[in-house]
Amino acid sequence: MDMQSFRKTYFEECHERLQEIETLLLSLESGDYQDEHLHAIFRAVHSIKGGAGAFGCDHIVSFAHIFETVLDSVRDHRLALDPELMEVLVTSSDVLAAIVGAAEQDQILTETFDAKAKADLSQYMDGAEHAPLPAAQASSSDAKKGTSRTYTIVFKPHSRLYEKANEPLLLLRELGGLGEMILSVNVDALPDLSAMDAVGGYLSWTITLTTTHHKDAITEVFEFVLDDCDLTITETDRTVAGEMKPTPPLDASPAIETGEAKVSSIRVDLDKIDRLVNMVGELVITHAMLSQQAEKLARDGYPHLARGIEELSTHTRELQDHVMAIRAQPVRMAFARIPRLVRDVSKDVSKQIKLIMTGEETEVDKTVIENLADPLTHLIRNAIDHGIEDAETRKAAGKPAEGTISLSAGHRSGRILIEIRDDGAGLNTKKIAEKAKERGLIENPDLMSPDELHQLIFNPGFSTAEQISNISGRGVGMDVVKRNIQSIGGKVYVKSEAGVGARFVLSLPLTLAVMDGMIVRVGSQKLILPISNILESLRPRRQDISTITEGGEVLDLRDHYIPLLRLNRLFNIPARYDEPWQGLVLIVESEQTTFALFVDELVGKQQVVIKSLEENYDPVEGISSATILGDGSVALILDPASLYDLHTKQGDSLAFAA
Amino acid sequence: MNSLAKTLNENAVEEDQQFVTFYVDGKHYGLNIKDVREIKAWTHVTPLPNTPSSMRGVLNLRGAIVPIYDLRAVFGQGLTHPSTEHVNLIVCIQGRIVGFLVDAVSDILSFSQDQIQAPPRNRGKELERMNSVMGLGESNGMMTMLLDIQTLIGNQLPVNDDDFLAKPEKKN
Repeated sequence: MDMQSFRKTYFEECHERLQEIETLLLSLESGDYQDEHLHAIFRAVHSIKGGAGAFGCDHIVSFAHIFETVLDSVRDHRLALDPELMEVLVTSSDVLAAIVGAAEQDQILTETFDAKAKADLSQYMDGAEHAPLPAAQASSSDAKKGTSRTYTIVFKPHSRLYEKANEPLLLLRELGGLGEMILSVNVDALPDLSAMDAVGGYLSWTITLTTTHHKDAITEVFEFVLDDCDLTITETDRTVAGEMKPTPPLDASPAIETGEAKVSSIRVDLDKIDRLVNMVGELVITHAMLSQQAEKLARDGYPHLARGIEELSTHTRELQDHVMAIRAQPVRMAFARIPRLVRDVSKDVSKQIKLIMTGEETEVDKTVIENLADPLTHLIRNAIDHGIEDAETRKAAGKPAEGTISLSAGHRSGRILIEIRDDGAGLNTKKIAEKAKERGLIENPDLMSPDELHQLIFNPGFSTAEQISNISGRGVGMDVVKRNIQSIGGKVYVKSEAGVGARFVLSLPLTLAVMDGMIVRVGSQKLILPISNILESLRPRRQDISTITEGGEVLDLRDHYIPLLRLNRLFNIPARYDEPWQGLVLIVESEQTTFALFVDELVGKQQVVIKSLEENYDPVEGISSATILGDGSVALILDPASLYDLHTKQGDSLAFAA
Repeated sequence: MNSLAKTLNENAVEEDQQFVTFYVDGKHYGLNIKDVREIKAWTHVTPLPNTPSSMRGVLNLRGAIVPIYDLRAVFGQGLTHPSTEHVNLIVCIQGRIVGFLVDAVSDILSFSQDQIQAPPRNRGKELERMNSVMGLGESNGMMTMLLDIQTLIGNQLPVNDDDFLAKPEKKN
């Protein structure tokens, strides 16, 4: 481990801590006041400061110090947490994040960058009479006041202190930085050289320190070694003696700290996990290859081989699940920023908004989470800016003045569904229809259902906002959301009811690496359909298939007519069978609809490793990705929803051609 | 082999550019050697549905899915009837790995700047389509058409979503 990697780890931790600070501040603001929250915020700021000192990030140290001082006053109830102070704290956490960000990038910020925030904070520091002013920091000069005091400090390190590789000299030097120091060492306890333990603690120091700083500043110097030494700090006029073992500033909550200690975890580079995922992927392919070969052998002749391959299959699958679990993270990671977003945006547009989040613990692959942040931000901004009406309009419509946005996540049939629902006005169907006609996207809006019209908002450059606000409405919006979601194999659709609200649903794959697939054959081609989309398979009777005039074919599925798609026609592949009653149809469920898909035959179920097609090529309609079969050839993975889109488009172009 | 050795010697001259040369439909073409990753005998590919005919399909190159373009079809000369004699040139362009199906690889040639002529301006219709030719190399009395790999692929971008959406409207 070199310094650089420590530094990297430090900044990674900083980002986590900053996130934590923000979350906690917001829960404080929302009225969930708990002392524990304040303690946790204080600890987080303190840790950021501590590490920054080690890496020479003075800017972080000086700002974090002031921030921490104010927080300290608040948690000791010396300062009341009013909305004004709350605002200062929230802003300060932003400033701190910016400073940390700059330090990470080695950017140099101007001295005045944090001046305003510092001034805001200092205001509270002055108000807090007993605000401790530990002064190992440059910034303390701003707040330095009071008379100088003289302390007598007796410092006797135990041998454990040395075992932990602490160096008293450094502590004494730091102490010297606080003021004028007279130092004497006591060697009485030193044994004969022959009896001496090289790492034993035999020395003690008596220090007379004249300083303007508070006693806490002195304690802070010894903060990390308190448990491993005897320390007595005596003020010359007023004697405050005694063991300082219980550290006053940091004993906030032993319960929490032990709780944290129990969760043993290590930090692993994402690259390493990715490599592991890839290797498991290759293993799955190799396994498929082996079992394919083994099937050709007489089972009786090689019973051990057959059993071995079966076991290999179980182990591979298990290994895969575990590896995937490493990458899985609660969707909370993506949701964490939303409360803050809602707070800021609703303030900007002066609307009152209540946010309800559910299902944050739903686990999904890290890559999915990473790609979720932007679309979510967009949808939430839109909901606040366009969805929720202003208070007067709401009251007039008989709704509560406060708008509600609910954000929920959950699993459904092997996918994760994320829903953003608002109780606003809903989409303006009429305006969408006008706009779509104006843009030439549609010919006759009257022929379309409101639902179909609503989906048009995902077209590029489609925005009905009449005024360009700085929140949303720049005409780039929903199409970007759609593209982002599609790029990770997801779907987005909208349901809206005028006056009641709009509901956006994102349907995403749980993992981007592996899935259970059904191999189907059309002609000489093998294609794969996600098992999670297949409801059943059957061979229809001739009379079950009918043609609707100018409307394609339908299959009579137990008295329900569902559209029939012929994969051979959609993809232009010469098939073995011409008619569904010779081959097979699969009943396929996609997000929007259920349809029947005609193929030649089913080949079998197989776990497939998803390989991106778009890495080297472009999206192909009807196809989500590709995989490699046991024989090394590539098979395409079908995407039911886009297959259905393709079907309707082909229907369109046939109709237009006719 | 002789010519290869010669090429290596010529490599000492820095300004020279090296090209992998190959035949498509009897014509001699070259691609900058820096872009070429490997040369692979033709193997079965998995066709991609509803793509231009020049897109032959995808193959598995050590775990990566690589699309293969039929260069003859790219040049509008119809489809190649590939056999094991045919060759895929695997190239890397802007981080993407793609393959070109060609008839045969011939050589590696070095051209100095003054051996490369700009292609003629007065193009006919057929040449217009071939604006991927960035220069004409001359070596031992034989002309090599040096291809610009960017344009080559750029011309072949498949119909994307938006175009697809626009199509029915245009017909109205």
